[in-house]
Amino acid sequence: MALIHSEHRRTEGVSADRLLREGPKKASGKIAIFQYLTVAVFVFLISGFWKLQVQNPDVYSEAAERNRIKSTPILAPRGKILDRDGRVIVDNKASYSLLLNRDQIKPEHLPPIADALQLDYGDLVTKIHRMGNRPQIIIKDQLTRDEIAWVESHQDAGAYPEMQLIKAWRRQYPQDGFAAHVIGYVGEISESELDSPQFIDYHQGDIIGKDGLEREYDQSLRGVDGQQRVLVDNMGHERQMENAQEAVPGKDLRTTLDLDLQSVAELSMDGKRGSVVALDPRDGEVLAMVSRPAFDPNKFTGRISRTDWDAIASDPNKPLMNRAIQAQLAPGSTFKPIMAIAGLETGVIDGETHFHCSGGASFYGHYFACHIKRGHGDIELHRAIAQSCDVFFYNVGNRLGIDRIAKYAEMAGIGHKTGVDLPNETQGTMPSTKWKMRMFRQKWYAGETISVSIGQGAVTVSPLQLAEALGGLADGGKWFKPHLVEKDRPVLQRQATFQPGNLEQVISGMYGVVNEGGTGRAAYLPDVKVCGKTGTAQVASTNLTKGAKLHSDLANNVWFVGFAPMENPEIVVVALFEHGVESYNAVPIVRDVLKAYFDKKARQGRPVLEKRTAYQPAPLGALTRPSRAMLNLPLQRGALP
Amino acid sequence: MAVYRPIRDLDWPLLVITLSLCALGVLQIYSATAGTKWQDAWWKQALFVATGLGMMWLASMFDYHALLGRVFYLYVGCIGLLITTAVVGNKVFGSTRWIRVAGFTLQTSEFVKIVLILLVAKYLADLKSETLDWRDLAKLGGYVGLPMLLVMKEPDLGTSLTYIPILVCGILMVGLRWKYLLVITGILLITLPIGYHFLKPYQKDRLVSFVNPDRDPKGTGFQVIQSRIAVGNGGMWGRGAKESSQTHLGFLPVPHTDFIFSSFAEEHGFVGIVIALVLYFLLIMQIVQNAQTATDRAGLYVCMGVAALLLFHVLVNVGMVIGRMPVTGIPLPLMSSGGSNTWSIFLMLGLVNSVRLRRFVN
Repeated sequence: MALIHSEHRRTEGVSADRLLREGPKKASGKIAIFQYLTVAVFVFLISGFWKLQVQNPDVYSEAAERNRIKSTPILAPRGKILDRDGRVIVDNKASYSLLLNRDQIKPEHLPPIADALQLDYGDLVTKIHRMGNRPQIIIKDQLTRDEIAWVESHQDAGAYPEMQLIKAWRRQYPQDGFAAHVIGYVGEISESELDSPQFIDYHQGDIIGKDGLEREYDQSLRGVDGQQRVLVDNMGHERQMENAQEAVPGKDLRTTLDLDLQSVAELSMDGKRGSVVALDPRDGEVLAMVSRPAFDPNKFTGRISRTDWDAIASDPNKPLMNRAIQAQLAPGSTFKPIMAIAGLETGVIDGETHFHCSGGASFYGHYFACHIKRGHGDIELHRAIAQSCDVFFYNVGNRLGIDRIAKYAEMAGIGHKTGVDLPNETQGTMPSTKWKMRMFRQKWYAGETISVSIGQGAVTVSPLQLAEALGGLADGGKWFKPHLVEKDRPVLQRQATFQPGNLEQVISGMYGVVNEGGTGRAAYLPDVKVCGKTGTAQVASTNLTKGAKLHSDLANNVWFVGFAPMENPEIVVVALFEHGVESYNAVPIVRDVLKAYFDKKARQGRPVLEKRTAYQPAPLGALTRPSRAMLNLPLQRGALP
Repeated sequence: MAVYRPIRDLDWPLLVITLSLCALGVLQIYSATAGTKWQDAWWKQALFVATGLGMMWLASMFDYHALLGRVFYLYVGCIGLLITTAVVGNKVFGSTRWIRVAGFTLQTSEFVKIVLILLVAKYLADLKSETLDWRDLAKLGGYVGLPMLLVMKEPDLGTSLTYIPILVCGILMVGLRWKYLLVITGILLITLPIGYHFLKPYQKDRLVSFVNPDRDPKGTGFQVIQSRIAVGNGGMWGRGAKESSQTHLGFLPVPHTDFIFSSFAEEHGFVGIVIALVLYFLLIMQIVQNAQTATDRAGLYVCMGVAALLLFHVLVNVGMVIGRMPVTGIPLPLMSSGGSNTWSIFLMLGLVNSVRLRRFVN
C-alpha cells in the first residue's frame, strides 16, 4: 500500500536532521511524567467512583428513590374507644386533609394557598421549615367542602401542583367534655416529645395521644399508616402505580367505663367543680371518672390553633387538669375510717372506748375545735364515725402518733400513686416523721398529729386515691390497682389482715353515716345497704408553717365516699365538690351514681353478689406485702354473668 | 518516493480499544435513550463510528509531514471556518457552534483541535534552540489563543478549554525553564480572578455550583446533584441496562451526550466504570507508546498532543459526572453521542497511526 510520501523532511534544515534520531529519546523523561500524570488522573477518577458507588451506596440509592417514588400516605384510623359494654365513646369520622409535596413547593405559591385556606402565612412557613425531613407536610385537616373544591380546581400543573388531598380520620369525641379527662385527646407531636426516647418511632407531624387514655394507649390505638407509591419522572408525571401498602387500623380500646354511670356522674357534677370516681373495689376497675370543669377535646383534634390552645391552657380554672387523679386536697373526715382501723388494730382504742367532746379540745397548748360547736358529749367509735366527731379522732391520733397513722394510711395507698393507667397521676402526701425530716429537715411536732388525724394538715389525696383506699378497706383489706382497660388483669397491690371484728366496727360506723341519721344520710337507698363517710376539708396548705386557719376565707372542699353493699361491696364512689361548703352537698352526687349502678343491675336481673370471702383472722396489725406471684394473680370476678 | 505501508502495521491494539469504547458508547446511548425523543441516536452514533473508521484510515495513509508542511494553510482555513460559523452558523441553545455542510451539522471547533495539534507539533519541531524563549511562548499562545477566543465567543467555553492541554503538553514536552514556569503560574493566578468577571452568568453559576452544588439544588447545581445520585445509585454492580431510574425517568440531564458516563455508571456500577476507565487508560497509554516510537520530534508531539487532549477530555467529563470538575459541557471521547466529536477523535487516531506507520526510517 503506497500513499503520499512527502519530500518535507529533505527541505528541513540541518538542525532538524540532527534532532531526527535523538529527539524522542530526549523526551522520554517527560513522557514518563505524562504517564505518571495519566495514572494519577485515573486514580483520582476511580477513587471518586469508589466513594460514591461503593463506600456509601445507600445514601444515593435512597436519594434516587426519593427522586422517582412519590409516596402518598394512607392514614390509618385510630382505634375506637369503647365502654365496658362495647358502646362507642370515641369514634372516627372521615375527612380530608391537605398536604404539600415538599419538592414541588414554590415559595411564591404559599401566600395564595395560605390565603385561600385561612392559614396563617407565618405559621405555614415555619411548619414547612420545621418538618425539614418530611417529603410531605400536612398543612390543614378537616377541609370544608368549599376548601376541597378550591384545592381540586387549583391542583393542576399551571396553578399549585404541590397541593394534594388525602383522606384522613378525624377523631370524634363526645360533646361538652363528656369523660374528656379520662379519654384525653390527640394532637400533633411536639418537638420536646420527639426528643424523648419514648417517642423514638414517631415522626414529625404525627398525630399522637396527648393525654388520658389516648396517650396511655397510643401505641395500640394508633394504627400503621400505609403508603401509595407512584413512580414519577422528573416532570412529576405519574408513570406507574405500585401496589398500595394498606393502612393497618389501630386496635379498639375496650375500657372499664360504664357509659350509664359516667352519664349520671357527669350530670350530677353539672355546674360544679370537682371530681367523681366510681371504682369496683374487687378488682380496681374504674367504672366512671369525671373531672370538672371540663374542656372540649374536639377542639384539640389534629392541629389546634395557637389562640385556642392559649385560651384553654391559661384558664385559671385549669380545665385540662384531671382532678380525679391530679387534685391534691386534704381528705378531711373521709380520713377517719383509716384512723379508726389504725386505732383498733393497734389497740389504742376498742369499740367501747369513750372520749368526751365538748365542742373542742386542747392538745399541746393549742385548741382544736370539733365541727359541732356544742359538742357530741361522751362518744364512742360507732357514733364518732357516724357523726364525724373530730374530738374523738384527735384523741385517737394523739394516742397513735404520726408514724402509726402513716403506716396504716400508706397501707391504704395514701401518699402513693395508685398506678392507674393514665398519665401524670400525682402522688399526694402522707406526712410522717421521716417525711418531714426529708422535706423540711425538721422534727415532727406531736401537735401536728392532731390535724392529721382528721385528714387535715399535710395530708393530701386525689379522689382516685381515696376511692382505692376506702374501697380496698371496705373489701376487707385488699387494694387493687385501679385500671381503665378491661383486658388488664386485676393487680393486687397490697393486702392486710385485720383482727376479727375490727373492720366490721369501722364499716358499721360508715353504715351509720348513711342509715342512722349521720352526716351522709342523703345517700340512703331503700334496697341496698349503703355505707359512706363525709369529709369537709379546709383548702389544704402543704406549707406546714401556715396554719389551717389562714385559708378560712376560702370555701371548704367537701367529699363523700360511699360504697355498697355493706357486705362485699361492688362499687365505691368518691365525690369531690370543690368549695362545696357543706359536706352534705357532696352526698347526692354519690347517691345518684350508686343508684344508677344498682338500678342498672336490677334491670339486667343480676343478683346481688353472694358473700365471697370471710375476713381472715390474723395476728395483730398483720400487714402483708404481697409476693410477686400474688401481684399478678388473676382473680375470679365473683359470679357475674 | 512512494513507500509501501502494510496494513498489518496499523496499531491494532489501539483500534480494538477504540472500537470497544465505541461499542460501549453505542450500547449506552441505546439504553439511555430508549423510548425518548433521542431514541435514534444510537444508530446515528454507530454510523458516525463507521464513517469515523474510514476517516481514520485515510488520515493514517497521509504522511503527517505533508500535513505539517501545510499546517499554516490549514490553520488559516480553521480561523476562516470559525468566523464563517459565527456568521452563518446554526444557533442552538443560545450558542452558535454548528455549521451545515452537506446535510450534516458540523461543530467546527471540534476539527480545530486537530489543526492545533499539528500546528503546535510543527512549531516545536522546527525550533532551533533546545528550550523555549518568551518569543516562542508568545507566538504559540497567540496561535492557540486566537481560535480559543473565537470559540469562547460562540459561546463554548468547554471546547475552547480543550485547546489548552494541546499547548501545555507541547510546551512541557520541549521543556521550560523553571523561571518561566514560575512566571506563567504567577500570571495565571493574577489573571484568573479577573477572567472570572468576563464569564457569562451561566458560566459563573456553573463554577459556583461546582464549589457548592447544594446551594441551589433546583437550578444550576441540579445536574451535578442528579449525576452524583445516578452514579451512587449504580453501586458496585449497577442497576442493569435500562433499569436505571435516574436515567430513564429524566432526572439525569442529557444522558446520551455529556452525561453518558453518569448513565453508564448507574447501569453498570463500579465494575463497569473500572472496565471503561481501564480502556481509556490503555487507549492513552497506547498513544503514548506510539509517541515513544515515533521517528522524529514532530511525530512525538503529534501523538502526545492527541494523548493530552484525550486525557483532558476524560478528566473533565468524568470528573464532572462525579462532581469533581465543574460542568463545562465537553463530551466524553468515543462514547458520547455526536458526529463532530467522534470524527475528530477518529481523525486524531488516524494521525497517530500515520506516525506509527512511518516510525521506521528507510
